[in-house]
Amino acid sequence: MRVRDALIAGALLLAGRRPPKRPRAREVPPGEPNPRAELLVIALFGLAALSACAFVAVYALDRIPDQTQFLGLSLGLALLFVAAGLIVTAHKLIVTEQLEDEYPPDEHPAEQEAIEHRVVDSGSRITRKRLFGLALGGAAGAIGVAVLAPVASLGPVVDMDPFYATPWRKGRRLVDQNGRPWRASDIEESDFYTAFPEGADRENVASPVVVVRVAARYLDLPPANRGYDAHGVVAYSKICTHAGCAIALYRTPLFQPNEPKPALVCPCHYSTFNPGTGGTVEFGPAGRKLPMLPLEIDANGFLRAAGTFDEPVGPSWWGVRMRGAHQA
Amino acid sequence: MITRKVVRFLDERSNTAPFLRKTLRYLFPDHWSFLLGEVALYCFIVLVATGTYLALFYTDSTATVVYHGPYVPLQGQQMTEAYKSVVDISTTVKAGLLIRQTHHWAADVFVAAIVLHVLRIFFTGAYRKPRELTYWIGLTMLMVTLLEGFLGYSLADDLLSGMGLAIAYGVALSIPFAGANLAALIWGGPFPGTHSFFARMYIAHVFLIPALLAVLITAHLALVALRHHTQFRSTRATERRLVGVPLFPGQTPRSLGLLFAVAGVLFLLGGLVQINPIWLWGPYHTYSATNGAQPDWYLGWLIGALRLVPGFDVTIDGYTLVPNPFWGGVLFPLLVFGFLLVWPFAERHATGDYGYHNVLDRPRDAPWRTAIGFAVLAWVFMIFLAGSADRIDVLFDLPYTAQIFVYRIVIWIAPVVVGVIAYRVCTELQAGERVERDRGRARREAEFS
Repeated sequence: MRVRDALIAGALLLAGRRPPKRPRAREVPPGEPNPRAELLVIALFGLAALSACAFVAVYALDRIPDQTQFLGLSLGLALLFVAAGLIVTAHKLIVTEQLEDEYPPDEHPAEQEAIEHRVVDSGSRITRKRLFGLALGGAAGAIGVAVLAPVASLGPVVDMDPFYATPWRKGRRLVDQNGRPWRASDIEESDFYTAFPEGADRENVASPVVVVRVAARYLDLPPANRGYDAHGVVAYSKICTHAGCAIALYRTPLFQPNEPKPALVCPCHYSTFNPGTGGTVEFGPAGRKLPMLPLEIDANGFLRAAGTFDEPVGPSWWGVRMRGAHQA
Repeated sequence: MITRKVVRFLDERSNTAPFLRKTLRYLFPDHWSFLLGEVALYCFIVLVATGTYLALFYTDSTATVVYHGPYVPLQGQQMTEAYKSVVDISTTVKAGLLIRQTHHWAADVFVAAIVLHVLRIFFTGAYRKPRELTYWIGLTMLMVTLLEGFLGYSLADDLLSGMGLAIAYGVALSIPFAGANLAALIWGGPFPGTHSFFARMYIAHVFLIPALLAVLITAHLALVALRHHTQFRSTRATERRLVGVPLFPGQTPRSLGLLFAVAGVLFLLGGLVQINPIWLWGPYHTYSATNGAQPDWYLGWLIGALRLVPGFDVTIDGYTLVPNPFWGGVLFPLLVFGFLLVWPFAERHATGDYGYHNVLDRPRDAPWRTAIGFAVLAWVFMIFLAGSADRIDVLFDLPYTAQIFVYRIVIWIAPVVVGVIAYRVCTELQAGERVERDRGRARREAEFS
């Protein structure tokens, strides 16, 4: 038995022997093995796998404190371990050779000419080239316009009416955020109040107004706004005429002796308006005064609009003063 | 063995083995500054992945709802469905906050990487013939990316995003002649627009612009590869001979390593460093605004410009022609991008250099370009700083108005000063090199004699 096995094994060994491979030219030059770097990379990939498992574990847990932080930490570390492994591979385990190559030719004159000739020759059967081109261009242009025309459905492209409309009209009461009407006596000198037209949409830019009480020594309304105040209580559109933010700051002279006048300030670009002089611009980039709302006090002491704004509301546009604000 | 089988399978079916062989040997010049564009690309990948996840939970509706979720300070408040869905992503969706914050960080790093990449391209003259198309496509991507980022944080519909949209509306209105028509078209009427306005932003943010970016990225990379990379000069690297590390094996683990490093850092930031906590800002209403609002960093230059322009509208007899936000919000970015876009023409015209350039300049090699580039950079950077004057007021008690008056002068002086200094530094460095060369030559001559 043993002899037969040995014979078969020997025969196989002899028969299986192939002529030795021709040594081929290497595509990438050889380099020394680096077992320590290899071990490090394997360890880094192992850590990456562990961190990824940790991420799944943290995710699977029910809500725990700082879950977002642990999720970010485990996933971020997993990715960074892979990155570290790859970078060690690049620097220690792979032969990075600086090779040379020719830049491609700057141009191919023969091919350029052939392309040109192909185009020119193809058109030789067309005798009225300009007319042909014009017709083709006209068709393409018209189809382009036709395809783009439905874009006009997006908005009122030419109707500027909505830009001038406001919900304010004579007699409309000023209400607070909860719909409670403001009394003139609620408005105190050192504070500022937001008011809306009773029953109107509050998100409309033409709705919100700021209401302040201006001390008599600062109240000097221009002729156009004479009588817009109700015993020193004035109201202006809350939307800045510069870029449309809400005017959310009120500077009163009470606490700032160095600031001479009360001022309404927009926190976006710090346009500053004087509430005592019809909303004129004191500082900042606004190019138009704040629209002023005329006020009156009814028999029960509630504040009511005595009309609508003296100017269109919101940021300016080309020809903004062409028309005045009007009731919606 | 398995490699050969796969390659044969592909080659037999696609006829691509010759192409693949050349591709694997495509050379990458070895310099760190060539990786900035790659960082941007990897941010884009992270953005698409995280953004897709967020889209599975986001609602693009401005219908009003009352919040009854687990975040107590907002309970009972009226808000849009859009804002509520983002609050839910941040509070009730598991891993939602991680993905949202990572998405936001990735956007900020994305734009930063692109800006640094553009600076590298500009100051090394990499945009010169034959690579102008690559450069213009890159600048287009930067412009599109700014819009994409703005749309992204506008979709959250928190207080800050609403204020940003109001400003965008004001800027759109200010465009001469057609501004109001354009704004009416985009918003579907006066601010805050129709109920479908958020659907419009949403489709632009998640489909139109990313698809456009994907096309532009493909064209950008194809053009880079077809003309091959630029390189810095060395004894081996010349205008005709390219020296670099092959795509495989040399560059592959490096680039993959960078991809994983970028993704890893972004997820660490997303998990550990809070960004844009929209539940603190609260929902937006037309009538509310907050003090000290700062946009994402890449819009700081526009905020600064909008704030610096003195208050005037161009009017004729009370008839408004050009409203104020046009200068800072439209003309200023147009000037900066216009400068970058026409610079290759201008430089060619000024220097008469119409030749091909595969070898890069160092900044000192082109003192005029470096000086002008730094001057424009100083101009934009000072305006960017002016955008944070209100924070400086709060932090250091420097009056805001005084700062603005100073900035209005400094933004014109700083470019001149910085440009002159940059020019001098370049020529001094050049002179130093000349001296070194002469010394070396003298030494060699002394040794030979």
